[in-house]
Amino acid sequence: MAAETLKLPIEIGGVSLKVKMQRADRRARTRALTLIAPLFFLLLLVFVLPIGYMLFYGVYSPELRNGLPDFAAALDQDSNEVPGEPVFRALAQDLAEARERREHKKAITPIRQQDIELWRVFRRTVENLPKDEVASMKEWFISFDSAWGEPDSWKVIRRIAAPYTAYYLINAVDARLSPDGSLELKRAEERVYLKIIGTTFEISFWVTVIALILGYPVAYLLANVSQRHSNLLMILVLLPFWTSLLVRTYAWMMLLQTEGVVNNVMTGFGIFTEPVQMMHNRIGVYVAMVHILLPFMLLPIYSVMKNLGPFPMKAAANLGANPFRAFVHVYLPQTLPGVGAGCLLVFILSLGYYITPALVGGPKDTMISLMVAINVNTFLNWGMAGALGTILLIATIAVFLVYNRFLGLEKVRLS
Amino acid sequence: MKHLLKTTSIAFAGIFAAGLMAAPTAGAQEVLTFVSFGGGYQDAQREAIIKPFTEETGVIVNEASYGGELGKIKAMVTAGNVEWDIVDVEGGDAGVLCEAGLVEIIPDEFWEEVGGKDAFHPAAVQECAAGAIFWSTVFAYDANRIPPEKAAKTWADFWDVEKFPGARSLRRSPRSNLEFALMADGVPLDRIYDLLRTPEGVDRAFRKLDEIKPHVKKWWEAGAQPPQLLADGEVAYATAYNGRIYDANVKEGQNFKIVWQGHNYTLDLYVIPKGSPNKELALKWIAFSLRPDRQAAMTDHISYGPVTTAAIPLINPKVLPHLPNAPENFKQALLVDEEFWVENRELLTERFEAWLAQ
Repeated sequence: MAAETLKLPIEIGGVSLKVKMQRADRRARTRALTLIAPLFFLLLLVFVLPIGYMLFYGVYSPELRNGLPDFAAALDQDSNEVPGEPVFRALAQDLAEARERREHKKAITPIRQQDIELWRVFRRTVENLPKDEVASMKEWFISFDSAWGEPDSWKVIRRIAAPYTAYYLINAVDARLSPDGSLELKRAEERVYLKIIGTTFEISFWVTVIALILGYPVAYLLANVSQRHSNLLMILVLLPFWTSLLVRTYAWMMLLQTEGVVNNVMTGFGIFTEPVQMMHNRIGVYVAMVHILLPFMLLPIYSVMKNLGPFPMKAAANLGANPFRAFVHVYLPQTLPGVGAGCLLVFILSLGYYITPALVGGPKDTMISLMVAINVNTFLNWGMAGALGTILLIATIAVFLVYNRFLGLEKVRLS
Repeated sequence: MKHLLKTTSIAFAGIFAAGLMAAPTAGAQEVLTFVSFGGGYQDAQREAIIKPFTEETGVIVNEASYGGELGKIKAMVTAGNVEWDIVDVEGGDAGVLCEAGLVEIIPDEFWEEVGGKDAFHPAAVQECAAGAIFWSTVFAYDANRIPPEKAAKTWADFWDVEKFPGARSLRRSPRSNLEFALMADGVPLDRIYDLLRTPEGVDRAFRKLDEIKPHVKKWWEAGAQPPQLLADGEVAYATAYNGRIYDANVKEGQNFKIVWQGHNYTLDLYVIPKGSPNKELALKWIAFSLRPDRQAAMTDHISYGPVTTAAIPLINPKVLPHLPNAPENFKQALLVDEEFWVENRELLTERFEAWLAQ
């Protein structure tokens, strides 16, 4: 019946109403799109592009190709286990030219990252390239170092000479590729990133839990006291929120150190018999991070509670529920959207922290962002930094999806 | 009204004329951007080199500070927007930047002009960098808390927490720590890097670090931390940059004692990011900084040693004993093998971080 109604042709001025409505609709949509265009481009510029660039950096490896172009091209043509004369000749030529430009070290840097023994072979070879014409460059290379004649070396070289690489991503999960291409986990004492990724999630989880336990009652208080008091309380919550992160972190360092304010007061009153270690360990990290992130938990919960008002509890009491029951069955479920938003915000913000744990934490509290920073600034290994960022992004998306699966994103509300 | 107009036009003419007269100098006004690590070190560079350079040449030197983040240099050079002309970098970083092609090569003519390569400590003459100062990683303690006669005097003592109790602090980096561990394990100075170039040597160093690890309260990251940790009584012994300890004694009246036995010394160097529009001027500045009188003037402000050999006799005899390359301190010293660290820093840093996290 309904379908039939829709089919009815209503024509005004030769154009069907349906078309007219579609046109009007399209105009409205275009207007709406124009209005959001600035935001869209801003997002593209500051969000999508950098992330895309980071993902790209994690797999892009042009150094060897750019540094030794003829060699890379010759190697692409040659599919033998140990390539033939033209490849060796191109390599000798490219290495000599790169040395002339003093760029040979740069070209072979990715080899050092992936196989230091092979890199030593390259370096010795560059320094000793034959000055005179030799009949067979291949023979010269192999007689100079037998590694040049081994198929395993060439498997590694081919992998590094490819324009894209999975090396960084594999290294970011503490694994390596053997020459035959199979994945293996590194020796226990060389594994670093898996452990740090684990720590990152562990710290983020507990910071979220503590912030929730501390934030929920405060949000309730804020939402239910008189306007005058709630304004004052709100300022107290927001004041640290407006203070620079570094200032807050240093303030905690003053308070928590062995001869700091907290320890001096506590030992002064005889509550502690001796100073308690509260810094350079997990306690310091939790205290400082929870303090900084608490407003992100508190504000969404507060805003949901404010909209709810005191009436649900009153209504439940009116119907005979005791306060506990009223809270658990009536109030709490209605505040869950705010709790969800707060938890998600705090957890995801925590994942990216590094200055605070680096300053108040100990060596066991290293988070993944610190390793990204080390790779960017100290090692100049942006490929590795990109790969670690990719791993963190994937893990964050996974958390998001799990959250959505079990709690439902549609329940998240910021107000 | 007419009067007012006249006055203003005369005033304008005056300004214009003054502008014209100043113009030749203003037009030729050259500007350099100098970047260093801030704090007392950059203050010393300002007093000893930057101000006299501007006085002598008229070149304005703008300053900035950074924390040794090579990534910033890479970003600038990659983007083709080089804003820094001279950057002070830590020893091994000069090699890393040079290898990556991110800094200008220092031409041989430059070295000829400044008196030949032999006029400097060999480590100060590099393909892409010229030495700035010598500094050292030492260990120190607060003599107000530990009487010097009862304090640790060697790296073996530093490791011996039974005889020399108290928390320790070391730098959060494998650099120098692996060297110190092997020294504490009784390896002679001239064998340290040979040993570290073998996997067994690295394993041995990490095994020795295992012993001290439970007693290390803080793995410091910034040079300002160790004097603070000592001042706060957080730790009894800390490794530190010698200049920071000296500074705390002179400027804050601390009573810290430096143990020079087995100190690990290296340089800071000046580099010119590749594509700097002021390369020639930057070289001129660096040449100025290498002059013996300027090198000696640095030591009036901070206790880092000169790289120019001829500067040593010019140094205030009161300051000399506090420099890493004072004859007395040089005897028990190990020069950081920067080539070793350029080759191995990624692998060893990752392993070090993994070891810390265990």
